[in-house]
Amino acid sequence: MDDVVVTSRIRLARNLSDVPFTIKMNDYDAGLVIERVRDVISKNKQYKFDFYEIKKLPFLKRQVLIEKHLISPALVSAKIKSAVAIDQNENISIMINEEDHLRIQVLYRGQNIQRAWEDANRIDDFLEGHLPYAYDETWGYLTSCPTNVGTGLRASFMLHLPALTLLGYMKEIIETITKLGIAVRGFYGEGSEVVGNLYQISNQITLGQPEEDIIANVVSITNQIIEQERQARLKLLSENRSFIEDKVYRSYGILKYARNISSNEALKLISDVRMGISMGIIKEVTIDKIDVLLNLIQPAMIQDYFGREMTPEERDIKRAELIRKILD
Amino acid sequence: MMCENCGKRPATVHYTQIINGVKTEMHLCEVCAKQKGTIEFDAPFSVTNFLAGILEPAFGPQMIKPSFEMQITCRGCGMTFEEFKRSGRFGCAMCYNSFSEKLYPIFRRIHGNTKHVGKIPTKMGENIAIKREIDKLKIELNIAIKNEEFERAAEIRDKIRELEKKLSRE
Ligand SMILES: [Zn+2]
Ligand SMILES: [Zn+2]
Repeated sequence: MDDVVVTSRIRLARNLSDVPFTIKMNDYDAGLVIERVRDVISKNKQYKFDFYEIKKLPFLKRQVLIEKHLISPALVSAKIKSAVAIDQNENISIMINEEDHLRIQVLYRGQNIQRAWEDANRIDDFLEGHLPYAYDETWGYLTSCPTNVGTGLRASFMLHLPALTLLGYMKEIIETITKLGIAVRGFYGEGSEVVGNLYQISNQITLGQPEEDIIANVVSITNQIIEQERQARLKLLSENRSFIEDKVYRSYGILKYARNISSNEALKLISDVRMGISMGIIKEVTIDKIDVLLNLIQPAMIQDYFGREMTPEERDIKRAELIRKILD
Repeated sequence: MMCENCGKRPATVHYTQIINGVKTEMHLCEVCAKQKGTIEFDAPFSVTNFLAGILEPAFGPQMIKPSFEMQITCRGCGMTFEEFKRSGRFGCAMCYNSFSEKLYPIFRRIHGNTKHVGKIPTKMGENIAIKREIDKLKIELNIAIKNEEFERAAEIRDKIRELEKKLSRE
């Protein structure tokens, strides 16, 4: 589908004015907020949401939702009652009692930030019509953490940057864009590691700029990175063709024939193959198929796919089996 | 490698977190990882550190002698400014007003700005939109006066008066 942008995501942080914020909340308040929001969401005619209370979900299901990036690890580790509403297409999730009372998140595959913003904005308007938002004329949307105040907006892209990484350009790029108010994170957001050459980039400033400008800034920097990644891929292909072909085909070979594979190894190999497809080296697999794999190989997703809990050893075997099946 | 929590079973779940460029790793067995409930990235901790870093240069010297400083407490949730500094989190919507004076330097450090110019909720929106328009017109008025465009200045002044009337009617 998209050679560099894996997903586009918009997140809005919102709070209610008549309840303490999550740090000062007790379980009773938390339960009330959940019920109020659940009630409002059920009135929405446009989207159909499924509602989950996190503490009532089995461990595996929670992990699946994290791996699908529909909820954050912080929502699961919240000390108070928390919940999430997820639309049936699994693009929109409304987290309740994460760091803020409400976290509206819209996630699409590929380069789709505008659409994500439109959805998030529409849902925000709807919720605002029924709930007393904490908002201040000067400071905008009041958030739990001062780093989100103002728009409460985080616009982010998950980028696949194997060539820039391979050529050793990433350190410099990260240093440069950090100075431009852009944060770079790993696969699961804040504090997580970069695996499979997947980088999450997002705006850091939320106050003093209109939403459209914030998004436009992230988009423009993203576009420059995309361009550099494409140039880097061309450079690799023209200067190191046999090295790259060997690397890509070796990874493809392992994926196709391995009998036991960890999620980290799989991610690294999938990254090579994904790059190989975009370079025209591998033609028998599509990026779409590879992106499906990218999701499915994660620990909880594997168990969810086979419908039962497994030991890590068993998972590695089943992972290899699933990869072979999908690549066949 | 054995689990760091129980030391009995092999560690199969590995977490890595990077805080201010410092990498910390945690290795747990499946059972202990499950008990922990989830991957705990310890986000509040990293934000606190981050905030402390932001706050130090601004408040460092004064904070050494807290006796000179009046303790500010939020009327809404009872949070003190000290508590806010430690946790990096506001306790309720009223904290913003309670700590108002102290927030400007913090917001300037984080965002380089202290005024929201983005979305206005429609429910409470009209008044705010009018005030924003008045602010904008006042700047235009100053420019017009500076350029000695008095006819245009008069026009703008009328527009401001009209909007102010609309505000007071509400
Ligand atoms: Zn253990
Ligand atoms: Zn408060």
